[in-house]
Amino acid sequence: MKKFIVLIVSLIILSAFLGVIAMTLTFGAPKMTDMDDYFLRFGQEQTGTNNQCTSVTFDFRGFDTLGESTVLFCAVIGVALIFRKMQAGEEHEDE
Amino acid sequence: MLWNLPFITVVVLTFIGIITVLLKKNIIKILLGINILESAVNLFLVSLGYREGGVAPIFTLAPSNLMVLPTPQALTLTSIVIGVATSALVLSFAMVLKKKYGTVDIDKIRRLQG
Amino acid sequence: MSRIVRTAADIIYPFVLIFGLYIVAHGHLTPGGGFQGGAVIATGAALVIVAYSYTEVRAWLSKNVLMGQEVIGLVGFIGVALLAFAFGQVFFFNYLNASGSLFGIPVPYGINAGELNTGGFVPLMNFSVGCEVWGGLTLVILYMLSGLEKEEC
Repeated sequence: MKKFIVLIVSLIILSAFLGVIAMTLTFGAPKMTDMDDYFLRFGQEQTGTNNQCTSVTFDFRGFDTLGESTVLFCAVIGVALIFRKMQAGEEHEDE
Repeated sequence: MLWNLPFITVVVLTFIGIITVLLKKNIIKILLGINILESAVNLFLVSLGYREGGVAPIFTLAPSNLMVLPTPQALTLTSIVIGVATSALVLSFAMVLKKKYGTVDIDKIRRLQG
Repeated sequence: MSRIVRTAADIIYPFVLIFGLYIVAHGHLTPGGGFQGGAVIATGAALVIVAYSYTEVRAWLSKNVLMGQEVIGLVGFIGVALLAFAFGQVFFFNYLNASGSLFGIPVPYGINAGELNTGGFVPLMNFSVGCEVWGGLTLVILYMLSGLEKEEC
């Protein structure tokens, strides 16, 4: 019974919220393209690459890539810390 | 309504993802619901930057000069890598929980130990 | 695993490695880049781990070398970006673009056939990020497999 009520209420709220978003956007004609027109026009002479996606990732918006590398590094450190074995001289695992 | 098909797919996938996270009792199934939500957000980002009749924004032997927008593709790349990091950590937690409690049912994992 | 699976994994692994390094190296000309190529190389390592059992693979791959590779990747990425201060510019400025040295030939305007020597410091950053993703993803697989063993009480 509780599952049924959760299902119906979430169905109504989500459809109303997201349906408005899906119906008012047009597919194939983005509204604001000023920044991307600048990237496509001047990207080749200012960065020297042919691939504009890579030039946006590594040169025009390099700070986002720096943050993403740090997040991946911290996730690997987290996995390595979870599976740690007991060292010599410890009695309990959580010291 | 049929020309908005990518956005309607995003709505359906978000709905499936949220229902899975709310109603399932196994940790691995909740993690799969989180992955479905990530896929819906990535699809939404990429389909926002499409121009009618455009090709990929690469100048090496391109067929035409009308290109799609490159910025949403760079943001999607970051989002995919963060999804990988989240899934790796949640799976490690599931392995340690199974070793300590003996089950992965979230109704039975209720005490804080230690 | 059976002998057919082990032999096929032995033969296919060098080709997967070369394909992944090609995707990393040509990131500024064709679709690809650091993250995509690093994921392909880590999949090649996962193929070898699945074909042979974990106790045999533990003697071949060492965790300290992979951790060192990941650290060198991240430090190299920040170092290449910090070197822009030596040329008097801001952080992350492309100081090798059209300069005549390592990757510095200017790109002809418009649609062209692509040349490897262009790109400024983007190929250097592609190599650093590829190293980091390769070390990181292989390390996650090895640590999760080592947590499955029975530990002594």
